[in-house]
Amino acid sequence: MSDWDRFVSAFLNVNVAARYWPDILAGVAVTVLIGLAVVVTGILVGLGLAVLRSLGNRFANLLIVQAVDVLRSLPPLVIILVIYFGLPNVGIALPSFVVLWLSLSAVLAAFAEEVFWAGITAVPQGQWMAARSTGLTFGQALTSVVLPQAVRIAIPPLTNRTISITKNTALGSAIGVSEILGRAMSAQSFAGNATPLTIAAVLYVLIFIPLVVASRSLERRYAWRRR
Amino acid sequence: MDVFLSEFFNVDIMVKVAPLIFKGFLQTLLLCVILVPIGLCGGLGAMLLATSRSRFVRWPAVAAIDFFRSFPPLVLLIFIYSGLPFAGIRLSPLAAICIAFLLNAASYYGEIYRAGVESVPRGQVEAGRSTGLGAAQTFLYITLPQAVRNVLPELLSNTVELIKLTTLASVISAPELLHSADLARSLTYNTSPLIMAAALYLIMLWPLVRIIRRLEHKLAG
Repeated sequence: MSDWDRFVSAFLNVNVAARYWPDILAGVAVTVLIGLAVVVTGILVGLGLAVLRSLGNRFANLLIVQAVDVLRSLPPLVIILVIYFGLPNVGIALPSFVVLWLSLSAVLAAFAEEVFWAGITAVPQGQWMAARSTGLTFGQALTSVVLPQAVRIAIPPLTNRTISITKNTALGSAIGVSEILGRAMSAQSFAGNATPLTIAAVLYVLIFIPLVVASRSLERRYAWRRR
Repeated sequence: MDVFLSEFFNVDIMVKVAPLIFKGFLQTLLLCVILVPIGLCGGLGAMLLATSRSRFVRWPAVAAIDFFRSFPPLVLLIFIYSGLPFAGIRLSPLAAICIAFLLNAASYYGEIYRAGVESVPRGQVEAGRSTGLGAAQTFLYITLPQAVRNVLPELLSNTVELIKLTTLASVISAPELLHSADLARSLTYNTSPLIMAAALYLIMLWPLVRIIRRLEHKLAG
């Protein structure tokens, strides 16, 4: 058997692929659903926190900034393991996919808050004053003048961050969520062959390449240069 | 409350597992000392290839960067560590971690450097060349320092991400902080060791996160 044949039978084995393909494909639904749930929850909570911060309550802002810093400093896998192994022992048992969703949403919310807040502060003060002087209330000025501009500024950095946090759904395999990687790893050990991992790799690339390419063109479109 | 304290902040258990956790902490520091420099250098290489004048160099480089950016680092690590042995290539956990995270980190750092280089006005290069500097000298002494200054917050925050990535090594049972803590957790049936690990990560990374926050404000203002 030549090297090439050995490589093909280890990584591109058609028999193994045919056998485990449906199971791994079922993991795509889990990965995509958890990913979408994380994106929606994380971004909405992040936006909510940034708006809360713009109200200027000193106590609330201190809490938000510290919480965001902690979530930016902690590795997501540490958060996942603490929640997954710790909470059942104090009487709160959550299914592993809920743990994954909550942990990643919290991490994304922290980053999104930071990005939206940077966007809000980047909108010139004159916009606020003009909006208020035309008779809009604070809330109206925020939602129909400032936020639309802030969100536009926030889109490119937020896209990158969202993609890299969504990719962390693969960490679910460490706590037994049956997403793509988890299923591929167990198929790999059943089959004694690396083909399931190749399938998983291809599926991840199919899911994320369009997002990465889209984020590249978004960045081009909204490119802003310092000074 | 007592249940909560004895589950998450059990001092007896923390004292007992401290030596094990400390050993893991040193191994995580070792990983950082290896990974951050090779990531920064690899990123510079990736950027140079991706901005090359020849499209036969540029396109494959950009494709590779996008490929590794769309690949979850854990999948890459598992593929290299438990996939490659099927092809007869058996790597030590440390080697697998270095290769996987180099590919991932170099792609991200590369993109950041590229944004930095693009933010330096063309006049700077022209001025450098017209004073008699060569292309390489202009890049090294004129473009790169300004580029790095402009994207310093992004470079630092990617470094924080890279350090956080080292926790993935625990999945392939490589010795590092989270692995030690998780081992201690399974031996003591208690979450306190994980809290200790979390505290150590906070001690390592919180100062960096604060510095990034400062820099972002300074550059934006």
